[in-house]
Amino acid sequence: MIASSWLLVAFPALGALILLAGGRRTDAWGHLLGCATVLASFAYGVALFFATDGKPQDTTLYSWMPVDDLQVDLGLRIDALSLVFVLLITGVGALIHIYAVGYMSDDIDRRRFFGYFNLFVAAMLILVLGDNFVSLYLGWEGVGLASYLLIGWYQWKPSAATAAKKAFIMNRVGDVGLALAIFLMWKHIGSVSYTEVFAGIGDVDGGVVLAIGLLLLLGACGKSGQFPLQAWLPDAMEGPTPVSALIHAATMVTAGVYLIARANPIYNASPNAQLAVVIIGAVTLLIGAIIGCAYDDIKKVLAYSTVSQIGYMMLAVGLGPFGYALGIMHLLTHGFFKAGLFLGAGSVMHGMNDEVDMRKFGGLWRKMPITFVTFGIGYLALIGFPFSAGYFSKDAIIAAAFGQEETWRAWLFGGAAVLGAGLTAFYMTRLMLMTFFGKQRWTEITSEDGRDFHPHESPPVMTVPMILLAIGSAGAGAFFVFNHQLAEWLSPSLGTLQEAEHGVISHSVVPFIVVGISALGVLLAWLVVGRRDTPVERPEVGAVVRAARNDLYGNTLNETLVARPGVWLSRALVYVDNKGVDGFVNGLAALLGGSSGRLRRLQTGYVRSYALSMLAGSFLLVGLLLMVRFA
Amino acid sequence: MTLLLAIILLPLVGAVVVAGLRANDRLATAVAFGFSLVTLALVVPLWLGYDPDGARLQQTSSIDWIPPFDIHISFGMDGIALLMIAVIGVLVPMIIGLVGFTDKLPEGRSAGGYLSLILVQQSLTIAVFAATDVFLFYVLFEVMLIPMYFLIGGYGGKSRQYAAVKFFLYSFLGGLIMLAAAIGAYVQAADELGEGTFDWQTLAEVIPQAPLATQIWLFLGFFLAFAVKAPLVPFHTWLPDAAGEAPIGVAVLLVGVLDKVGTFGFLRYSIPLFPDASRELAPLVLGLAVAGVLYGSILAAGQQDMKRFIAYVSIAHFGFIALGIFAFTAQAQVGAVTYMLNHSLATGMLIIVIGMVIARGGATTISAYGGMAKLTPVLAGMFLLAGLSTLSLPGTNSFISEFLVLLGSFETQPVFTTVATIGMVLAAVYVLWLYQRVMQGPVRGDALLGASGGPGAVGAPETGAKKTVRDVSLKELGVLAPLVVLIIGLGFYPKPALDVVTPVVEETVSIVSITEGSNE
Repeated sequence: MIASSWLLVAFPALGALILLAGGRRTDAWGHLLGCATVLASFAYGVALFFATDGKPQDTTLYSWMPVDDLQVDLGLRIDALSLVFVLLITGVGALIHIYAVGYMSDDIDRRRFFGYFNLFVAAMLILVLGDNFVSLYLGWEGVGLASYLLIGWYQWKPSAATAAKKAFIMNRVGDVGLALAIFLMWKHIGSVSYTEVFAGIGDVDGGVVLAIGLLLLLGACGKSGQFPLQAWLPDAMEGPTPVSALIHAATMVTAGVYLIARANPIYNASPNAQLAVVIIGAVTLLIGAIIGCAYDDIKKVLAYSTVSQIGYMMLAVGLGPFGYALGIMHLLTHGFFKAGLFLGAGSVMHGMNDEVDMRKFGGLWRKMPITFVTFGIGYLALIGFPFSAGYFSKDAIIAAAFGQEETWRAWLFGGAAVLGAGLTAFYMTRLMLMTFFGKQRWTEITSEDGRDFHPHESPPVMTVPMILLAIGSAGAGAFFVFNHQLAEWLSPSLGTLQEAEHGVISHSVVPFIVVGISALGVLLAWLVVGRRDTPVERPEVGAVVRAARNDLYGNTLNETLVARPGVWLSRALVYVDNKGVDGFVNGLAALLGGSSGRLRRLQTGYVRSYALSMLAGSFLLVGLLLMVRFA
Repeated sequence: MTLLLAIILLPLVGAVVVAGLRANDRLATAVAFGFSLVTLALVVPLWLGYDPDGARLQQTSSIDWIPPFDIHISFGMDGIALLMIAVIGVLVPMIIGLVGFTDKLPEGRSAGGYLSLILVQQSLTIAVFAATDVFLFYVLFEVMLIPMYFLIGGYGGKSRQYAAVKFFLYSFLGGLIMLAAAIGAYVQAADELGEGTFDWQTLAEVIPQAPLATQIWLFLGFFLAFAVKAPLVPFHTWLPDAAGEAPIGVAVLLVGVLDKVGTFGFLRYSIPLFPDASRELAPLVLGLAVAGVLYGSILAAGQQDMKRFIAYVSIAHFGFIALGIFAFTAQAQVGAVTYMLNHSLATGMLIIVIGMVIARGGATTISAYGGMAKLTPVLAGMFLLAGLSTLSLPGTNSFISEFLVLLGSFETQPVFTTVATIGMVLAAVYVLWLYQRVMQGPVRGDALLGASGGPGAVGAPETGAKKTVRDVSLKELGVLAPLVVLIIGLGFYPKPALDVVTPVVEETVSIVSITEGSNE
């Protein structure tokens, strides 16, 4: 069973190969194959889940890069952590694949879309299944490629092409961190496999462990859209909505959390690295939530919500044994409800001729009842409505944040997490009200090809996945915390989940505080948005909202500090290279016979030139020999 | 006659035959293609017969040439040379396959003349890698320039004469300095042994015993020649002109194979003959290498011309190769050697694909294109794949070598290596930006819309296209398909290439570490 776990990756990889190499011949059935391969992997994953006990078991597929004493294998690790991810990726992935059959039905290149989608699933599975850091890196950049291809799906739109490129490049910055961490492991531990690195980390100098931890964190920040590498994720919404749901909400962007959880022995050995993770998590969850309050684009609000929610997960895994399992639990519940929310948003867009501006929505609950209900359940889960999935997973993280030993940390990070919960409730309620409630602000549209267009519910191929995800959003949290079964299951990979004994606020009080703050956020949103009609045009706003709408000037900063100076430097160097370095050499060439007239002679009589040059060489030689002799 | 000798001579025979067929282009192309395929077929037994754990030089043969100076025409090969010979064998049939639509020859030029020169070039280049007599190596190093000079000067773009002469002068002068150093080595050997020799194997035993000062002078003599050839910054300025003016097939040969003679020289001559000097001067080389990575990358991003773009990309990649060679760890050096192979495949494919773009649009400037993916989706996919290999994406061949270079170099040279990793990000910038400008966005640009489109046509919908732009033809696909297979195949299963070079590299690295501390 375990020995053939490579099949998990092989199904979608084969699907991608057939769909991408097969071309138009596979158009007719390509989408079906795309769904089938992911379903096959899911079935195999379920079987594996029941056949194993979660203890790490490594299988080596073959020797990938053996050089001298370096052994890099392409190997898979089946354990509790990787299996949970396999189920998430293939389970939620399959649902989104099926949804995409409907969503992409008008696209003549739908087959290629499924090829890319399968490629993504295969790469993501390699990422979570690898039994060493280089295999992980293969998946890590592989999902980056799939993400690039899918963000740039509408590549004839300059904005989509730019967003794709930006995502890849910012990810590469993070990837360099991951690569450097691997180099450090090789230099100081002499291995890149999980088993040996984790076993050897204890003998490594503390400074090096900290460096490895921080570099892995840089990698995680790139992939997971965490501060300071968060700017690409909202732009990634240029891709089709199923892409946003699968890659930029449920799976790929959570890879950073996976990385930190997977590398838990490294972080356990370095409290300072853990603190860095917590700080990044806390800062990002606030940034994401604040910006999320200001956008009118439904997908961008959800994107910043993702940034913010991953901040929670990072905060959790930064808490070490107190939080690894909690981070993963929130990752899983978030996988359900955020994927559901994106699919809902896609369903709205599908019915509204691809409109994303919430100012042009309103009153849609009547027109799209299924979308409304499933979206509503996802919304409740996200704001942590009591007993929904998010309630269990988010509150646990907030409680753990308050449970830290040092009081200042408990107050600071716990406080940030609670504040974030309030902001989350605000922006999500605002989104709900603007989209589904209030007066209708849309007009009947005639689409480009002349069809009359009015808001309508999506076909079953789209609504069924939404319903299933809504069920998950409602029930997954309770299921996971029942008997602490998720934390128990994960303990072979992540260690036993510890619960803080002290804490500035008691564990039992935290849920009340969180629910109270969230209710405040809902109320505020109703006061600001729900009470009055939303203007279709964006009103003039104050400095704070303006800053939030500009992504807190993150892009401007990147632009002025990196992009523009880079272009100048490049131009300046091109000039210098042509005039300076080249000019000098050309001068030399002219000296030796540069003008074309004389050069023509060189072309016809190179033997003579040779003789001449030989003479020159001999002079050089004699000089050199003299120097050598008397040196 | 050894198999190696046959592989050197066969293209030469082909060149003579093809030169006689100048009247009939089709026949000449077919015959040249046939010869290149047979040569490639002979590489297979050459590879299979090579024993990685056997003697360093295999397939040896030697005849006297200039007895008074103990100069021989002797050939042999190690794993590194084998890899290079194999890659020439693979690339030459493709270059020949491109002649015609993708690689148009100037008016009035016969295919026979061009292909004859290509085959001569193939023979000489293989011979350079196979030479085991230092004097012979020097002679071939210089003679090799002649067919290339005529290929660029005779078949290239507008400023081909200028580019060809610049190329020639640069390499030639570098070579002369190497000759001086080679004679210096001969004299040094004479001092030690009583009589001088140019035999590589003997020199590799004698010269490392020489005092450090001597070694350093001799090292620098060789280094200059190799640094021009490789090319390292600041000896690089001939390459953008040469690659920019050369026809597509010649650019593939030049960037893909000829330049590797420089880095091959580091591995075969600089380090084994002058280990102490190599160690002493490593910081200098590493500094140039890392400077090359950054400089080449930044300049690549700033290029307006697609062919010059490739030259700067290569300069950056040669920086990585030199870094790996002079970091003196087995991993880094195996990475560097396989980088030489993978760069040939990745950059070779990129040049070929860019050649296909140029064949369709007629212009080499980037701004003359835009949104081409809409018109030629398959070509766009190939362009992207070549680009991804160029930026060393895992799963492609280049990742293996770049990763090994960096991993291995970090062990001994963490500072240089960390700076070099910036090149990883820059590679993503220049590759994807080029792809975006040429392939993405709305269909635009003079080359695609036709000159009548004018500036107003920028951003016009694809229906405004005045020209019919065809996607990749079956013949072109035939050239690209083997590269695609090799790029992905070696990305997932590089072991055959790694195994062939690892023992040689281990030996080379051990030379440097064994002699450590023996002088001064």
